[in-house]
Amino acid sequence: MSELLQIEGLTKAYPGVVANDDVALAVGEGEVHALLGENGAGKSTLVKMLYGLVKPDRGTMRFRGQAFTPADPRAARAAGVAMVFQHFSLFEALNVAENVALGMETPPPMRQLAAKIREISNDYGLPLDPARLVGDLSAGERQRVEIVRCLLQDPKLLIMDEPTSVLTPQEVEILFKTLRKLSQEGTAILYISHKLEEIRTLCDGATILRGGKVVAHCNPREKTARELAELMVGGAFNVTDRANRELGDVVLEARGLSLPPMSQFGPSLKEIGFELRAGEVLGIGGVAGNGQEELLATLSGERVSAAGTLWLRGQDISGLGPNPRRARGVLAAPEERLGHAAVPAMSLTENAILTGTLRKKLTRNGFVDQAAAERFAQDVITGFDVRTPGPHVAARALSGGNLQKFVIGREVLQAPEVLIVNQPTWGVDAAAAAAIRQALLDLAAKGAAVIVISQDLDELMEVADRFAALNEGRLSEPRATKGLTIEEVGLMLGGAHGMQEAQL
Amino acid sequence: MITLIRRPNPSRFWSYATPVAAVIATMIAGGLLFALLGKHPVEAIRVIFYEPLFGENAAYFRGQLLVKAGPLVLIACGLAVGFRAGIWNIGAEGQYIMGALASAWLALHMYPAESHWLFPAMIVLGAIGGLLWAMIPALLKVWFGTSEILVSLMLVYVAENLLAYMAFGPLKNPEGYGFPGSRNLQDYPSAHNAELIAGTGLHWGVVAALVAVIFTYILMHRHIMGFRIRVAGEAPRAARFAGVVPARLVMISLGFAGALAGLAGMFEVSGPAGQITDSFNVGYGFTAIIVAFLGRLHPVGILLAGLLMALTYIGGDMAQLTLGLPSAAIQVFQGMLLFFLLGFDVLTNFRVRLGRRAVA
Repeated sequence: MSELLQIEGLTKAYPGVVANDDVALAVGEGEVHALLGENGAGKSTLVKMLYGLVKPDRGTMRFRGQAFTPADPRAARAAGVAMVFQHFSLFEALNVAENVALGMETPPPMRQLAAKIREISNDYGLPLDPARLVGDLSAGERQRVEIVRCLLQDPKLLIMDEPTSVLTPQEVEILFKTLRKLSQEGTAILYISHKLEEIRTLCDGATILRGGKVVAHCNPREKTARELAELMVGGAFNVTDRANRELGDVVLEARGLSLPPMSQFGPSLKEIGFELRAGEVLGIGGVAGNGQEELLATLSGERVSAAGTLWLRGQDISGLGPNPRRARGVLAAPEERLGHAAVPAMSLTENAILTGTLRKKLTRNGFVDQAAAERFAQDVITGFDVRTPGPHVAARALSGGNLQKFVIGREVLQAPEVLIVNQPTWGVDAAAAAAIRQALLDLAAKGAAVIVISQDLDELMEVADRFAALNEGRLSEPRATKGLTIEEVGLMLGGAHGMQEAQL
Repeated sequence: MITLIRRPNPSRFWSYATPVAAVIATMIAGGLLFALLGKHPVEAIRVIFYEPLFGENAAYFRGQLLVKAGPLVLIACGLAVGFRAGIWNIGAEGQYIMGALASAWLALHMYPAESHWLFPAMIVLGAIGGLLWAMIPALLKVWFGTSEILVSLMLVYVAENLLAYMAFGPLKNPEGYGFPGSRNLQDYPSAHNAELIAGTGLHWGVVAALVAVIFTYILMHRHIMGFRIRVAGEAPRAARFAGVVPARLVMISLGFAGALAGLAGMFEVSGPAGQITDSFNVGYGFTAIIVAFLGRLHPVGILLAGLLMALTYIGGDMAQLTLGLPSAAIQVFQGMLLFFLLGFDVLTNFRVRLGRRAVA
């Protein structure tokens, strides 16, 4: 295998932090190479330099045997580097072909482009209808649009940033087949992920980054997932402790819970039903955008549902708003930290008041008890190891992981009877994620009922007693996680959203 | 190339410094404007800012300061609450007129009966008049999702026409020899909002403004209600999550602002103005918007900003008289203040970096 990409001594510093420090890396033609590391390890900076978005301070890049210094993404694309971002840049109101055309320098006539899209997408096992509106596509299909858009440029190196975070296991299989076919044809793939099992099945080589430095080059197939994780974190890895728990009575029950869509392309909730017992963790999986936000909003009380659809210990709470529900012990932590779970410009103390007023008695006759609020915020900071100078700091000054610990801690320390969390570890580094999962398990061990909504199936298998899938606003029958195989989980998630896998 | 970099924490220094910087920039730009109009810039600035306080006739003008600042501060306190919640009531001028009309109607209806209850009843009616007028944009927003900005602003013109109709029609002084305008309430002891200490300009409206400052401070900075209002303005989704009902918030903030504006109108018509005329309103409701922002939407800041704007009113009048500056130039001058304030405000949340653009 000849070297396609060779990076040496690459360094990029931002004020206060060296994002990439003397990074070296080589990718061969047709190699599937993993880039592993925690959040903030420098993966994004590295690929941004490759894609011409950031200029390195020092170091050399050679691509196809020539010095490579892309001035902008256009230059990178012209040289044969393509990238699929984690967050899609597609217009929902346009169809597939129009979206693809928008990304091209000189788009061919629409009919020709549509035929080309159909041909390429079928060739690579990613069937797409060029005439469909992107707003109607699933997350997996949207990713196909992004991939096909890249393949039209006939790239030599394809960079993929966390591509499987939005896919069902079946969709992941399809994607992997595509990537393997590309690799056989000589296209190299730089694959960014923190899902270790995936990397072990797909990748030929791996570079592990920690704190901006390369800590190891290895063949991931020769390492265990645990070894890789320890290299990534730089130390022993805490495995969550799942004590045996006694399940109590049914605490929360949903019966035929429906809700109209909250936004234009949003899903509606359809006839959702489940029973949740004290001490139980119910994991709800599914690709984002299938009703997760809507489900959290109806459970937290931000949206009220029809009478008789939601019961707390035999009491109908369907019509109650967030605060009456909090008073009864039903707490929630939404997915979006900035602007929903917390107010960006307000201090941590004020953000503690946001949801803690009732249960922590942070007001007296309606007047805010500043000292009590500060004490509560400080308790959350200490109890959940939130790294911050103090409770006076604005929420937006915290890193994602630290703010998430604060948000989860704020609810956990209010001793909820029912806690609903949406994507509790999204964008959080491995150590913080483990701490958050442990806190949820400890809470359940004390007898609280917990609902964890997450896209991360490994996470759900780790914490949940029962698993249910949320797909297009419908919730499957919850099943015990013990003995549940990943294939069964995939089928519960609606397979590949009913899409056919093309014959290769 | 100038780059703006978002500060992780809003700058404390700049949040205090921007009003000062804005005032200085306004003086410079205003001076330029006056120079272009052929006036001596330094002299004009001196007439506007110095003469009313320390000039020959300062004793008279200092009293005027409170008379002008009173309604500005009273209205601005109400507006600030709504602005914090992201509810933009631009129609305080109309609510001010309606408060004056409602209370004057009561007084003129009771004339010439003397009673200790009349003045308190006028206060209540003034507040109700402004409140009900503000409920129109509030309810339309809650029921039909209309823009409170447009509706409240348009209702100013409706109120102005109603004012003219009342001044020439139903409330016209029957003994006024055909002149437009109502009876003068200054000649009706039970309804007269008289100066409390002669020569100071201190009347009940000024007292009400001080009470409003204290009340607003407690509401916004000590009470959970004010906290929810601030959350709603900063992050609407977080507010909903914290249990804020948006419709209720719209009603409360518009209602509060309307009531205070109505009160300001009541104290004005029964005191300094004395009567309902078609030129009763002089733009306090609009200037109060500048006062609210200049005061950082903070009650104490509003108090200071109200005094400053009152000064430009009085100084502006003087500049018109002594230097012959057009009144429009004074309005431009006041507008500049808001313009510069909003401009400098960027510094509170952003750091400015000069030089080559950094690629992020």
